[in-house]
Amino acid sequence: MQLDSLYQEVILDHYKRPQHKGLAATYDAQVHHVNPSCGDEITLNVTLDGNRVAAITWDGVGCSISQASVSILSDLLLGKSVSEADLVLNNFTELMQSKGTMVGDDEILEDAVAMAGVSKFPARIKCALLGWMAYKDAVVQAQAKL
Amino acid sequence: MAFDPRVVRQDFPIFERTIRDGKRLVYLDSGATSQKPNSVIEAESNFYRRHNAAVHRGAHQLAEEATDAYEGARETVAKFLGGRVDEIIFTKGATESLNLLAYAFSNGASDNRFNVTSKDRIVVTEMEHHANLIPWQQLAKRSGAELTWFEVTPEGRLDLSKLAEMITPNTKVVALTHQSNVLGTVNPLAAIVARAHEVGAVVVLDACQSAPHMPVNVKELDVDFLTFSGHKAIGPTGIGVLWGRAELLKDLPPFLFGGSMIETVTMTDATWAPSPRRHEAGVPNMAQAVGLGAALDYLMNIGMDNIYKHEQALGSYLLKRLQEIPDLKLVGPLEMIDRGAVASFTFGDIHPHDLGQYLDSQGIAVRTGHHCAWPLTRKLGVQATTRASLYLYNDEQDVDALIEGILGAQKYFGGK
Repeated sequence: MQLDSLYQEVILDHYKRPQHKGLAATYDAQVHHVNPSCGDEITLNVTLDGNRVAAITWDGVGCSISQASVSILSDLLLGKSVSEADLVLNNFTELMQSKGTMVGDDEILEDAVAMAGVSKFPARIKCALLGWMAYKDAVVQAQAKL
Repeated sequence: MAFDPRVVRQDFPIFERTIRDGKRLVYLDSGATSQKPNSVIEAESNFYRRHNAAVHRGAHQLAEEATDAYEGARETVAKFLGGRVDEIIFTKGATESLNLLAYAFSNGASDNRFNVTSKDRIVVTEMEHHANLIPWQQLAKRSGAELTWFEVTPEGRLDLSKLAEMITPNTKVVALTHQSNVLGTVNPLAAIVARAHEVGAVVVLDACQSAPHMPVNVKELDVDFLTFSGHKAIGPTGIGVLWGRAELLKDLPPFLFGGSMIETVTMTDATWAPSPRRHEAGVPNMAQAVGLGAALDYLMNIGMDNIYKHEQALGSYLLKRLQEIPDLKLVGPLEMIDRGAVASFTFGDIHPHDLGQYLDSQGIAVRTGHHCAWPLTRKLGVQATTRASLYLYNDEQDVDALIEGILGAQKYFGGK
């Protein structure tokens, strides 16, 4: 069933047991992103230690895809340098725009390759990207403070 | 005379196709847009094939035929609404109709009867679609007028307990929906209209969710302006209707300026054609207007009363079946009293977007999200809902498919 390519185990696991959910009291930048077509919301805090992503915490409401995606990214990007994280971000964005033609590089994307199936469902790509766009925005703001 | 939805479906070619690996299409999203019968598709394409020319211009046969077809559609709309032909304005859609009014209300000379100023009040309701909220909200901001609204009760009805205090003597406009696109609630207009007219306010009715589904007669409703969109009434996209009382339309300032809508023009000034031409600047969406005429003919041929009865019966069945499912919570009235055949709900921990995706995998089309009524969903305390909306081509088999789909989603997401 095509639906199984969308709802991978990894995604439902992250949805049921989200990582780094719950906003830290301190942060360098906080952003709030919404998907106006469905009302999904994510607030995301980023703390940088020099050029390293020292903390990502978030809170949000939304579908399994948007919530799992932000959970995966918070695990994946934590501890990376900003430029390493950028590489992952670009890789993930490219995967989402691939219309199902890419499987994703699991060396770079790790758990996020499970999102590959989302790219076949145009209405859900924005769900998957919501947290990533929030992160991108937050890092720019955090860097501006350095 | 009752009709058979299965026979109706044969007129709608989209039901010949299948969805996601050969599934039967169960279309439960007519609240967003309806499907189109062959007669509408043919009327629209035949206009381009046989009669295409700019209406109201040109000294040739095609222009005559195009004008006849376009004005014929206007007569059909007038018949459909029980209004006068010169009271029917074609717009791009209901959103444009409502913006047209909200801009016209601030576009006139200072002594124009419609001019909204900082001394005035505009009344809306908490259950409005964004299209009947934001134009008024922004008019209030532009003019300094006070915007206020009827609240929605937990049962999904308008709280009219303070009717006289809400619709004050300085109220200029009362804009509200006939039927909520989320709750299905049909609003009690008589008391609201009576109070509005008592203080000299005009009533603007958003009939997008009612006119396609029940008999709507502007004289009986006694409202001042009414709009609906063609595409929700089995007509084409890009065409909508704004009806207004003739005695009001003659004073309503124009919103869009350009060709067709003028009487005389000099380099420094212009005067306006009478309604409806005054409010139809530019070459209109002619083929779509003709398509809408065919759509309303189709509906009237079946009979709006028959369509209403069908949807009331099917809506009752839908509400009953949905309420048999544990963990499913309806928003809006629980019984088929003063409501239409649309049901919005939440279901346990399954997010509407995920439920909608599962239903899609079964060929069932529903809407998920806040349904362009964000203040309402916020008031109801839900992030998003799943909405099933019915029409003349739906039957009990479609409702059964939905119920089975919802239970299937529970197994799918619960079992993972």
